[in-house]
Amino acid sequence: MRSRLSAGVNKDKIRIVVSAGTCGQASGANDLIRAVKREVLAKGLSDEVGLRVTGCHGFCEMEPSLLVEPLRAFYPRVDPKSIPGIIEASMAGEVIEDLLYSDPGSETKLPTIDEMGFFAGQTRSLLAQNEQVDPIRIYDYIVAGGYSALCDVLDRDDPAWVVDQVKTSGLRGRGGAGFPAGRKWEFLAAQHTYEDKFLVCNADEGDPGAYMDRSLLEGSPHSILEGMIIGAFATGASQGILYVRAEYPLAIKHLLIAMRQARQLGLLGDDILGTDFCFDIELVRGAGAFVCGEETALIKSIEGKMGEPRQRPPYPVQRGIKGQPTAINNVETWANIPLMFRMGADNFAETGTKGNSGTKVFSLVGKIRNTGLVEVPMGATIRQMLFDIGGGPVDAGTIKAVQTGGPSGGCIPSDLFDLPIDYDSLAEVGSIMGSGGMIVMDESTCMVDVAKYFMSFLKDESCGKCFTCRKGTQRMYELLEDISNGEGGLAQIGLLEELALAVRDTTMCQLGGTASNPVLSTLKYFKDEYLEHIKDGRCRAGVCTGLITYSIDETNCNGCTACVKACPEGVITGEKKQLHFIEAEGCIKCGACKATCKFDAIRIT
Amino acid sequence: MITLEINGLSVTVEKGATVLEAATFLGFPIPTLCHMEGLSPYGACRLCVVEIGEGERAKLVSSCTYPAEEGAKVRTASARVVRARRMVLELLLASCPQSKVIQDLASTHDVRQQRFRQEHEDCILCGLCVRMCEEQMVAKAIGFRGRGETRSIGTPFDVKSDVCRFCGGCSYVCPACQLRCTFTEPDAAVCGGCANIAPPCVEKEPFDDMMCYMKPCVACEISED
Repeated sequence: MRSRLSAGVNKDKIRIVVSAGTCGQASGANDLIRAVKREVLAKGLSDEVGLRVTGCHGFCEMEPSLLVEPLRAFYPRVDPKSIPGIIEASMAGEVIEDLLYSDPGSETKLPTIDEMGFFAGQTRSLLAQNEQVDPIRIYDYIVAGGYSALCDVLDRDDPAWVVDQVKTSGLRGRGGAGFPAGRKWEFLAAQHTYEDKFLVCNADEGDPGAYMDRSLLEGSPHSILEGMIIGAFATGASQGILYVRAEYPLAIKHLLIAMRQARQLGLLGDDILGTDFCFDIELVRGAGAFVCGEETALIKSIEGKMGEPRQRPPYPVQRGIKGQPTAINNVETWANIPLMFRMGADNFAETGTKGNSGTKVFSLVGKIRNTGLVEVPMGATIRQMLFDIGGGPVDAGTIKAVQTGGPSGGCIPSDLFDLPIDYDSLAEVGSIMGSGGMIVMDESTCMVDVAKYFMSFLKDESCGKCFTCRKGTQRMYELLEDISNGEGGLAQIGLLEELALAVRDTTMCQLGGTASNPVLSTLKYFKDEYLEHIKDGRCRAGVCTGLITYSIDETNCNGCTACVKACPEGVITGEKKQLHFIEAEGCIKCGACKATCKFDAIRIT
Repeated sequence: MITLEINGLSVTVEKGATVLEAATFLGFPIPTLCHMEGLSPYGACRLCVVEIGEGERAKLVSSCTYPAEEGAKVRTASARVVRARRMVLELLLASCPQSKVIQDLASTHDVRQQRFRQEHEDCILCGLCVRMCEEQMVAKAIGFRGRGETRSIGTPFDVKSDVCRFCGGCSYVCPACQLRCTFTEPDAAVCGGCANIAPPCVEKEPFDDMMCYMKPCVACEISED
C-alpha cells in the first residue's frame, strides 16, 4: 500500500507547507491558507502547486511561516499579500530574496531552511514529522513511513522481543521523572492474572510556557497512536486511553480524526491488520488541573473522581484504572516508539548520551531571540541550546539563568551553562527535566519574583490533599511576598528554606515533592538577590513594585505629555514642553509611563 | 506475612498492613491527626511521616498509608522525621491555633512558637468528617470541593443535604472544632499559660512572657503591640 501511495506522490511538485498548529493559527496561518488556495484556484495551478497544512514546525517567533518544497525555502512572518509573488517565484524555481530569513545579527539571506541557525543546530526526528505530514491525512503519514514499525512488529509476532527492543533503546519516560519505558512495559506484561490492562497516554500538559506535547498531538497524532498500538501488542493491554486536557481543542480534533482513520484502515479495533490482536483507544478530556498530570491523580480523573494523588505503592502498573494494571507514558514517549523501531533500537541508543538516549523536545521561551520548539539529542549543553539555536539574548541583555522543568523545576545560573541536558545532570543541580519547558531569564528578571510567580501557580494548582503542600506553598508565597515588598528580615530566609525542605520531604506526590525547587534553587544560586531585597531594600531588576520608585529623568524629558495621558492614576503632572514630575505617593508602579515614553526618560530606582 | 524492621527491631505483620500499624504493634509512638481506626487511611495531615529506605534513597512517607514491605527499614524518629514533623505542627498552629488536639500535639513535640502570620482557620481539611460520613454513616452528605487555596469541605452547592441525618458524626471526629482552647477554665486548660495568670485578659506584659503562639490571644485579642 505504501509503495502504491508513494508512487502517486510527485516529488517535484511544488508544495507550499503552512505551519498551522494552534500557535500558527493564532498568528494568522489560516489567512495564508486561504490566500494560497485562492491564488492556486484563480490561476488554475492545482496540477503544479500543492498545499500542505501541517502542525507546528517549532519556530514560533517567525509565525506565520511558509516552507516551499522542494526548494526548502523558508519565508518568515508572511503577509498574505505576498503569496502570489511567492508562488510565481517558486514555479520558476526561484526565491524572493527580500522575504527570506536571515539569522539574527547577520544580513545574509538564507535560501533554505537547513542553513538557518535555529534549525541547523537541532536533531529533528520527532518535529520533522510535523513538517512532512498533514495531521488529518493518514496517507501522508503512511507515505512518510508511518505504521511500518507496527507492521514489522506484528510480522515478528513476538511481544517479548518488542519489550526487549524498548529496553535496549534505553528510552526513558519523557514525562519528567525519566523512568525507563522498557521496564514499565515489562512490569505490565508480567501482570498475567488480570482481565484488562490499560495503556494511557498522558497529554495533560500543564506547565506554564510549555507546549511540546500539544504540537506533537496536533502535528503528528498518528505517531502517538502507532506507539500505543505497539505498546499494547508488547504488553497485552486491551484498552488505551488518551487523556487530553480540554484546553487543546485542535489536538482533540486531530486525534479523533486520526483514530477514525486508523479504525477504517483496520489499524485499530478488532483483529488489527488481519491478526487476532485487538486493541482500541478512547479519548478522555481532562478539565485542566495541573495535578492531574500526576499519574495516580490522572487515574482518579479518568475514573470520574476528584483528581488527587494517592499513595504509591501500589504503583499504577500493579493497580491502576478500576484496579487493573495500567501503564502511563507521556505523549513524547509514545511518539518516540515508532521512530525507535524504524531506526532500530541500537541506533536509537547511540543518539544522545549513555543512559539518556534519544532526542528531547524543549520549548524555549522567555528572554531569548529565537523562541520556539527545539529538539536536541540528550546531553547537548544548555549553552548550545541558548546561543547556537536560541540565537542568544534579546537586545543587549545578558542571560543570567534558565528555568527548566516547569513550575516544579529549578533555576540554573549562567555559570552552569556547560551542563549537559539530561535527567541526571539536571537533578544534580537541583532542577528537573520535567516535560521540557525552558524559560530564559536576563537581568531584567528578578529571581525573588520568579520564585513568587511559580509559588503562586503551585498554591493554586496543588490539589490540597496534603496539608504541607497546600499550606506550605501558601506560606512560601507569603514569605516571598514579604521579601519582595521589603518587609522581610533575615529570619524569613531561614524560615523559607526550612519550610521548603519540610514541604519537599513530607508530601505524597511529586507535585509537592518538587514544589520547593523554585525556592531552593533560587536561594542556592541567587541568595545575593534575596539579601539585597532584605538588607538594601533594593530590587536590582526593577520588578518588585514594593521596592522601586519611578521618576523622570530631567535631561531626557522633553515634555511631550505622553506619560501624563498614559498614567491611570493621574499622578504625573507637567505642562507641555515642560519637565514632568511623578508624585510618588499615588503611583501604583504599573509601568505604563515607561512603556509610553519614547525618550527613555522614565527611571526606575 | 511480611517482615520489616522498625528502628532496628524486626516485626512481622500481615500482608496489607500499614507501616503505622506495624509501628504501633511494637509500641513506637507516631503522632497522627487525620488517621482514625475504622476509617480508611487518607494521608492528609503528614504528621505521621517516617523515614524509609537507606542512604540517598531514604525518603519520608506517611506511615498511615504506606504499606509494610518485605525487608523495609523504617525509622520513626530520626532527626529528619522530627524536623519535618515539627514544621508540620508549626504550620498547623499557624492556621488553627484554637484546636486542643493540635495544641496537645504541639506541646508533646516541644513546639512552643510559630513563626508565620497567625491565621484563625477552623478547618485543616484533614478529611476525617468526609470519611466518617461516607464510610461509617454511609451518607456521603459532605465532600471536598475545589483545589489548592480554595479547597473546602461542604455539602453540594452549600445547601442542606437530603442525605444528612444530623448524626453529628462529622463534628464528633473533627480535631479542629470540637474543643477549643479552654482559656477561662484553668483546670481544663491545655497549655494553661494564659489561664494561670489571673486574670488573663487584663495585662499585656505577662502575655508577652508566656510566649503564647496564639498571637493575638484568641481569648482577649491582646496583640503583640
